[in-house]
Amino acid sequence: MFAYIIRRALQSILVMAAVAFVAFALFQYMGDPINQMVAQDATLEQRNALRALLGLDRPFYVQFLLFLKNLLTGNFGFSFRVGTPVAQIIAERMPATLELVFVAALFALFVGVPAGVYTGLHRHGAISRFMLTVSLIGVSLPTFLIGILLILIFAVMLGWLPSFGRGQTVQLGFWSTGFLTTSGLKALILPSITLGLFQTTLIMRLVRAEMLEVLRADYIKFARARGLTNRAVNFGHALKNTLVPVITIAGLQIGGLIAFAIITETVFQWPGMGFLFITSIQFVDVPIMSTYLVLVALCFVIINLIVDLLYFAVDPRLRIDRSVSAH
Amino acid sequence: MPVWHHLRDLVRRFLASDVFYSFKRSPTVMIAFGLTLLFMVAAALAPWIVPHNTYEVASLNLMDAFLPPAWVQGGKFTYLLGTDDQGRDVFSTIVLGARVSLLVGFASVFLALTMGVALGLVAGYVGGMTDSIIMRVADVKLSFPAILIVLLIDGVARGLLPRDLHDKAAVYVIILAIGLSTWIQYARTVRGLTLVEKNKEYVQAARVIGLHPVLIMFRHVLPNVMGPVLVIGTLGLGIAVLTESTLSFLGVGVPPTEPSLGTLIRIGNNFLFSGEWWMAIFPGVFLVILVLSVNLLGDWLRDALNPKLR
Amino acid sequence: MALLEVERLRIEFPTRRGTLVAVDDVSFSLQEGEVLGVVGESGAGKSLTGNAIIGLLEPPGRIAAGEIRLSGRRIDNLPYEEMRKIRGKQIGAVFQDPLTSLNPLYSVGQQLIETIQTHTEMTPTQARTRAIELLAEVGIPGAERRVDHYPHQFSGGMRQRVVIALAICVNPRLIIADEPTTALDVSIQAQIIALLKRLCRDHGTAIMLITHDMGVIAETADRVAVMYAGRVAEIGPVRSVIKEAKHPYSHGLMGSIPKINDDKERLEQIEGSMPRLTEIPSGCAFNPRCPQAFDRCRVERPDLMNAGDTLASCWLYAHG
Repeated sequence: MFAYIIRRALQSILVMAAVAFVAFALFQYMGDPINQMVAQDATLEQRNALRALLGLDRPFYVQFLLFLKNLLTGNFGFSFRVGTPVAQIIAERMPATLELVFVAALFALFVGVPAGVYTGLHRHGAISRFMLTVSLIGVSLPTFLIGILLILIFAVMLGWLPSFGRGQTVQLGFWSTGFLTTSGLKALILPSITLGLFQTTLIMRLVRAEMLEVLRADYIKFARARGLTNRAVNFGHALKNTLVPVITIAGLQIGGLIAFAIITETVFQWPGMGFLFITSIQFVDVPIMSTYLVLVALCFVIINLIVDLLYFAVDPRLRIDRSVSAH
Repeated sequence: MPVWHHLRDLVRRFLASDVFYSFKRSPTVMIAFGLTLLFMVAAALAPWIVPHNTYEVASLNLMDAFLPPAWVQGGKFTYLLGTDDQGRDVFSTIVLGARVSLLVGFASVFLALTMGVALGLVAGYVGGMTDSIIMRVADVKLSFPAILIVLLIDGVARGLLPRDLHDKAAVYVIILAIGLSTWIQYARTVRGLTLVEKNKEYVQAARVIGLHPVLIMFRHVLPNVMGPVLVIGTLGLGIAVLTESTLSFLGVGVPPTEPSLGTLIRIGNNFLFSGEWWMAIFPGVFLVILVLSVNLLGDWLRDALNPKLR
Repeated sequence: MALLEVERLRIEFPTRRGTLVAVDDVSFSLQEGEVLGVVGESGAGKSLTGNAIIGLLEPPGRIAAGEIRLSGRRIDNLPYEEMRKIRGKQIGAVFQDPLTSLNPLYSVGQQLIETIQTHTEMTPTQARTRAIELLAEVGIPGAERRVDHYPHQFSGGMRQRVVIALAICVNPRLIIADEPTTALDVSIQAQIIALLKRLCRDHGTAIMLITHDMGVIAETADRVAVMYAGRVAEIGPVRSVIKEAKHPYSHGLMGSIPKINDDKERLEQIEGSMPRLTEIPSGCAFNPRCPQAFDRCRVERPDLMNAGDTLASCWLYAHG
């Protein structure tokens, strides 16, 4: 168990290092940051002075280490476009994205898992077929189109919910939350459904496939042969055994939500990191792009670690050291 | 005529196969297949069959801008699904847009498939160091959603290429970006299957008689792992078309001069709430039908090729 | 009254190329405390018959005709919930592969306690005590400690003991053991067979022992039913069938058992192989491979008929 966790941690560090390197490479090769920072008519000497000040004249690996040190101390540089510190811009935007992703993830899990279990158990039922058809349409609908349609129906035609923005937010320290006001909660509904729908259908289809796989297993047949009730067999035995693969994919998918938030935030003009990222791509604002990358990678690594810990909670084969087992 | 006989045999075997049987039994799949085929033919022949060539700026008439669909009051019959803000026929832009979307879809799937299958075969067959390196790269990439990688590659291209050049190269950049972000799936699947095939007698026999490893991999192992690859490829086509349209919708994809379906929806979205709904809705409907048909085919193919699940 | 009666059982599989009859016209009975061996090649319909008795035929397989009675009560047409209460409580089951029969995510104690509590009114503490007793009874050393262990911590033979403990945990009167030793090492096989025999003697449990291993049958069973292509070829006391099998198929099958004090140079074997379900010949299913087949065998199907000590479905024993 210990060895496993260490191996996973090393893998996470490897991922983070790779991402940091990509972010660094972005800085190095995409345009000369000096050009962005000095006035048009600056002399070569002025430029070189700034270059030396920023350490840009030092060897490649020294710069990379410096970059890493800056990352670790939360010093992400200045935005090329607006000139304010990236850390400050991101801190303003992050709560919006995280709250949206959180609600969308809850939605995806609480709708996707039960729907998957149901369609797995009642394989040939009419409701299952209907749900599967709907899910296939769900997978085929691009996120932005879902958003547009929801806005068209619920904001424009019915006028029930806002079509853009976060509504009123409350400031809790550095964190601005939309959870505490009615308008903030109302503003969350459409974006989180838009964001979560694709993942919901994916999780549903995955849980269904796993259920079908597990229901064919010998221990399920043996559990029935022991006369256990349907409930015990389906939920106690079958569902629990689908959890390991489902946790894996669900973890990945929730990580995916952070990336997909880019689209949703654009459609709903949601003031989060994704919206920021898209704008920064259009204006080639490298510091923001690379910081965003590093932060998203960090989210992924954290989610993966949580997934690993959940494995231990679910599967005794990992929990107990094999060498202890007697024969 | 042995070639003819061989062909007839092949057709006969196909008609008797389980795959064809399950195809015949499912009207949904047949419709999906028909629609996919229709889309492909229409996309291939688009420049010659569209009622209005919307790429010809000279032929556009701004007087005809913002016309609603033909059946709505104020619509004209020459513009069946209405016109956009520049007087372009919406139906024609959709057919031409589907051409761009499908082109990007097929090209990026081809790229990802070739790359993934080759790397997967090598990783599985050669093993050792080569295998670990390929799979570690895959692991790191897998911990990132494809859309982010695509955006990143596109962003880099944007930074490196001058603006006008980037607009011209946009389609290729996107093909490259989608291809590079999706090869892992093929590689992982092919590697897993190759590991299984490698130990079967026919491969051992081929080794014993001294066939070259490359020949064994491509002539003998490859045909036996193509089923799942076909399934991933089909589903991948749907995903690629969706990804392209998403990028274009976000404004970092295909430029408006030769719009794809996603670009059309992006343009239409600006007018959606002022009442000109047809400019966004019709391209959207066509996009969904296209992707849904492809997904239905892929789903069915997966079940038909995997008898365990039937 | 017999404990279990199977009468003219027919199991069908509808497929796209027509209906396959996997088990046809199978009849036999089992007395209290008796061990009936069911032997035959794979595909002969042994396991399907066993599954049908515990009501767990996998769709699209279905019972198309016949009856199954337990102590005179018909059980083949019971609603699912009624049948569930019989499974485990009156009929226990042991399957082939102990490695996959146990849920890897629950400790063996949890699986035992859950089964006991499903069928009895015991409190959790009582059920746990009973679980430890059961593990000790099936010969697991250190039962008190082992009860909290997970399946992967047991060896194959030990897991099969756990499976047997699960099958007998509420004292069923009948156990269907489907190839219980096939997946085990030869040395372990003997221990498991000995365990089954002991349990049968101690509790008076009847066992339907499904296997393709005549050696296991010879050692364990009181009576034996030989199945071929979905039908019973011969049924009778185990000694009679082994010593002087009447049906040419069972005769051939017995000839293929190695005997230590035999002066034959090589084992006999039956020419050809069992037909697939789609290609069962008319008349007696065995006729193309039968050295003694005559015209009637090719057209008319024989029922079970008296052939000395045993019943054989073979025209050689037609009277008159």
